[in-house]
Amino acid sequence: MSMKTSTRQVDGVAIVDCSGRITLGEGSVILRDAVRDLLGKGQKKILLNLGDVNYIDSSGIGELVSAFTTVRNQGGELKLLNLTKKVHDLLQITKLYTVFDVKDDEAAAVKAFK
Amino acid sequence: MDEVRFSFLKLVAMTENRVSFTLDSTLETVDSAEQTATRIAGEMGFGDEEIMQISMAVREACVNAVLHGNAYDPEKKVKLDFETTSQGLVITIRDQGKGLDPARIPDPLAPENLLKTSGRGIFLIRSFMDEVQIQPSQTGTEIKLVKRAPGASGGTKEISQ
Repeated sequence: MSMKTSTRQVDGVAIVDCSGRITLGEGSVILRDAVRDLLGKGQKKILLNLGDVNYIDSSGIGELVSAFTTVRNQGGELKLLNLTKKVHDLLQITKLYTVFDVKDDEAAAVKAFK
Repeated sequence: MDEVRFSFLKLVAMTENRVSFTLDSTLETVDSAEQTATRIAGEMGFGDEEIMQISMAVREACVNAVLHGNAYDPEKKVKLDFETTSQGLVITIRDQGKGLDPARIPDPLAPENLLKTSGRGIFLIRSFMDEVQIQPSQTGTEIKLVKRAPGASGGTKEISQ
């Protein structure tokens, strides 16, 4: 299953619902484009909903890091929502789990943006 | 992909415990290699978690071979072998690049590297497999991955280079 994203707005936060695989190539590019598109529109509060992401490789992890630092460097915030066990475990072993702000409740996540 | 499947099936017929095939240096064949690893690991009786680890290790090793080893060169190929031995599943991936020096791979867990956008592939491979051997040479890099058979006696995890 290839990567898909759709974006919705909730209380000034752009929630990007991601599904499929974030892997080297198309999946990583789609995520990158979605985040760049939002930043280009001045949207700097971004919540990536990864609840339907069933696979991520090292390139996909790198893309999450890139999205996080790109948004932060522009004065914004990027948080992660609804990690699957696979993605959760990968972020744990790569020590990135504490780098990202990870949420499991959408309403609470939206409220957590400054 | 059909070509990969064909060569895979052809070699299955030749040996009982070893299958080998040659991959073009493209991302599509990386996907095929991952799918093949998933199938073989499943047939060997590995559990879901181990199957995911094996298939991801194969994917990462093939990505390294295609990107960093062969640099997408259409003249260069990636050799991929799966062998079932008394040790378990032994997977060998060989590229035709300049040779990867494992000593020069930065530690992705070091604080200064945590926010780097690449450099986690070998780390993940080592995390997921019971043994990893990397042998660089001037004619390419060979990486050998071992996952002990389901139910095999454990022992200490070994990592060597």
